[in-house]
Amino acid sequence: MIMHIIDRRLNPGSKSLENRQRFLRRAKALVRGAVKKSSQDRDIKDVLEGGEVSIPLDGMNEPRFRREGGTRDMVLPGNKKFVEGDILPRSGEKGGGKPRDPGEGDSEDAFRFVLSRDEFVDLFLDDLELPDLAKRKLAEAESEGIQRAGYATSGSPANISISRTASRALARRVALRRPRLAAIEKLEAELAECDETRRAELIAELEALKAKARRIPYIDPIDIRYRRFETVPKPVAQAVMFCLMDVSGSMSEHMKDLAKRFYMLLYVFLKRRYRHVEIVFIRHTDRAEEVDEETFFHGPASGGTLVSSALQAMHDIVRSRFRPADWNIYAAQASDGDNSISDGEVAGRLLTDMILPVSQFFAYLEVGEAGGYTFDMPDSALWTLYERLRTGGAPLSMRKVSERSEIFPVFHDLFHRRGKQEKTAP
Amino acid sequence: MTATAEPLFQGADWDFLTLQRIHDACEGIARSELGLDVYPNQIEVITAEQMLDAYSSVGMPLFYKHWSFGKHFAFHEASYRKGLMGLAYEIVINSSPCISYLMEENTATMQALVIAHAAFGHNHFFKNNYLFKQWTDANGILDYLEFAKTYVAQCEERQGRLAVEQTLDAAHALMSHGIDRYPGKKKLDLGAEEKRAGRRRLHEEAAFNDLWRTVPTGPAKSDAMLNVERRRKLLGLPQENLLYFLEKTAPRLQPWQRELLRIVRHIAQYFYPQSQTKVMNEGTATYVHYRIMKRLHEQGRISDGNFLEFLQSHTNVVFQPDFDDPRFSGFNPYALGFAMMQDIERIVSNPDDEDREWFPEIAGNGDVMGVLRNIWANYRDESFIGQYLSPRLMRHFRMFHLHDDPEERAGVKVDAIHDERGYRRVRRELAKQYDVGFIDANIEVVDVDLAGDRRLMLRHAVVKGAQLNEADARRVLQHLADLWSYDVSLVEVDAADKVLKEYVANPRAIAAAA
Repeated sequence: MIMHIIDRRLNPGSKSLENRQRFLRRAKALVRGAVKKSSQDRDIKDVLEGGEVSIPLDGMNEPRFRREGGTRDMVLPGNKKFVEGDILPRSGEKGGGKPRDPGEGDSEDAFRFVLSRDEFVDLFLDDLELPDLAKRKLAEAESEGIQRAGYATSGSPANISISRTASRALARRVALRRPRLAAIEKLEAELAECDETRRAELIAELEALKAKARRIPYIDPIDIRYRRFETVPKPVAQAVMFCLMDVSGSMSEHMKDLAKRFYMLLYVFLKRRYRHVEIVFIRHTDRAEEVDEETFFHGPASGGTLVSSALQAMHDIVRSRFRPADWNIYAAQASDGDNSISDGEVAGRLLTDMILPVSQFFAYLEVGEAGGYTFDMPDSALWTLYERLRTGGAPLSMRKVSERSEIFPVFHDLFHRRGKQEKTAP
Repeated sequence: MTATAEPLFQGADWDFLTLQRIHDACEGIARSELGLDVYPNQIEVITAEQMLDAYSSVGMPLFYKHWSFGKHFAFHEASYRKGLMGLAYEIVINSSPCISYLMEENTATMQALVIAHAAFGHNHFFKNNYLFKQWTDANGILDYLEFAKTYVAQCEERQGRLAVEQTLDAAHALMSHGIDRYPGKKKLDLGAEEKRAGRRRLHEEAAFNDLWRTVPTGPAKSDAMLNVERRRKLLGLPQENLLYFLEKTAPRLQPWQRELLRIVRHIAQYFYPQSQTKVMNEGTATYVHYRIMKRLHEQGRISDGNFLEFLQSHTNVVFQPDFDDPRFSGFNPYALGFAMMQDIERIVSNPDDEDREWFPEIAGNGDVMGVLRNIWANYRDESFIGQYLSPRLMRHFRMFHLHDDPEERAGVKVDAIHDERGYRRVRRELAKQYDVGFIDANIEVVDVDLAGDRRLMLRHAVVKGAQLNEADARRVLQHLADLWSYDVSLVEVDAADKVLKEYVANPRAIAAAA
């Protein structure tokens, strides 16, 4: 009997990828909740590695009619000392309770499984967006998106247009009168059953046809056409995010940690969601400097506090590099709220006159000591200032954070998708 | 074949030629010595990931898409990654050709074991057992799955993913009650019907007796009762195949929804024999692989070292933990099945007095394979255990029977053990554990209120006080109501027709709109 061996190992894997996506889509709300919960007690870096989540199976269950309770009979192996008529006390229950069958019950009610890195981060950042992303401009350098643009005589073999090539070949064959296969076959058939006089004639005719068929190829290189694609520039919304971080002496390690976590989230969010977002890192003590991300997240620094220095630095950068007419400008500032008294005035003026008018959104995060703010503490200098601006109608959001676990909720709160705004594509 | 034949392979490595040699060697033994009759084999080598894929689509090579398979995949994958679960060495599909999936990381010995087990043991069972013959179409299953997959995909395109998903969810919930348990009545063609009518007339004429006319009949049935009877007959009630009933009579289903129900029903039906023959199927396959491997070793085609490796895997497979062992989770079908097959071999070839008394028809009959092949062809788990579990085996497994009555405060009673008084009772109870009639709840459609609100009425005949789990029952009924699109009620009644519990479910708006 014939036996076939088939090597399936090279078949495209992940046959159940689609099922998995359906499952995730269905469980989206639950998984998102679980992702956020599990990300709270993990380092940001770990969060982005994906990992195991556990979701309640409500709504994901597959109900069946199944029975429980009642009188049960079972045959078991491994009797050691029982004889007929023995009564065995039920274990773990006060007499009369219903024994639980290990196979029954809602044993699956929490369901654990592993999410890949991408799945995890996507869900993690699922409903966040930059608010009010409006100014769209045709970026010169960036061109993305390809579209069909007719046919070309050269190109990559993957782009051969078979139908176009075949139709051109056909036209050429007809025009040059390439003998058809049927005609040759017909002659051959005739040749097989003809007399001698006709034979020579037929052979000659056949030879001529065959020679012509050889001369006029079925498909000639000049027939070949390739599908042509063109890249087209697409308008992109350009945006820049300024990250302003206070690293002055009054910021404790805990506060810096909170601020860095916040920016890490912001960084991940922007990098993943918006390909065209520039990020500018500014850290300040009583002087502000623009730094690269490595320094921003890991470099040590300390000193006094002058908030206006950071705002001034931001203003300068905006003026020199990001024309407000073309760029959506965002800023996120993290600070403990301390500022020298003399600086309040300057900072306020910079904000109201220079920065807020050109910004789409300005987020302010005030970090506090662990243990939290008590309500009777007076608001910090910056908080008071910003509060005043906000009530004046500036696009400003402010939150206080004092615990690690609050970072994500606050972040989420600041950037979650607002219903009233039109969703804009990244 | 001589005992000095060349070994089929050396060490643990294998290639496709090795597989071919192993297959051919196994085939020789399977046909000549064991007299097996198998479908042509197709052996497919797959990776662990593909094995996981196959797990989540109930072992089938192609299947329609549904989120629940994704859920199972995620679940299996998580437990596999954590090392909680090993993967099967093979999966075998009841089709013609019979497809066996072999894991690539198996050693050569394991491949030999798996080929003997799946490609010959299971294969023979699939081809010859009456349940599979009656209920499954090995030639058509792959084509049917292909059709199902395409059909579901097309439906999703036309009707939207959500609508299809809802219908499939509902159908899956009722899958266990979408099975015909009895072969349907064959429709007679006109010629046969005429012949039958003629025979009947002849019989009536031959058996005519005027006295029958004078026998009083019961009271005439009232019109109302006749109506009920007529309606029930028209709808084919009572009907225990809920999916079939819905497919044929649910008033507001779209044609594509009916087709989806039909697909789910057909697939449930295809798996129906497998659930009834776990012990026999695995027992057969294990017995066959054991015989083949032993023979290959005797012939010198498997080296001593490899044979030891085989024995170790084999022993793991047929290991039966005791009831108080933490690893215990019911009877291991491999262990029980294999032990019974070997026991039958012993009874047939070398019986003692007890065997002669218990199994007079096969004891000492001498034709081991003839007896086994006959058993493999004509029994299912319940009848197999009920008839062929020997006292010796009950003693070997030290079986005992527990009777757990919640009313009995003192505890669980040991009703019978492996002794002279208990053999028959233990055997009967064990057989009952494998009786499909007891495994699934007995739920039937009993009536439809056609004159009134079109309520569909179901009845659960409660056996031994085991009622439905309430939360799940409500969910399933909800699905049922969505498909029926009018109210659905379910009563649970005990043997004395006392109503224990009543459920009512109303259809959700979405389904009514669909």
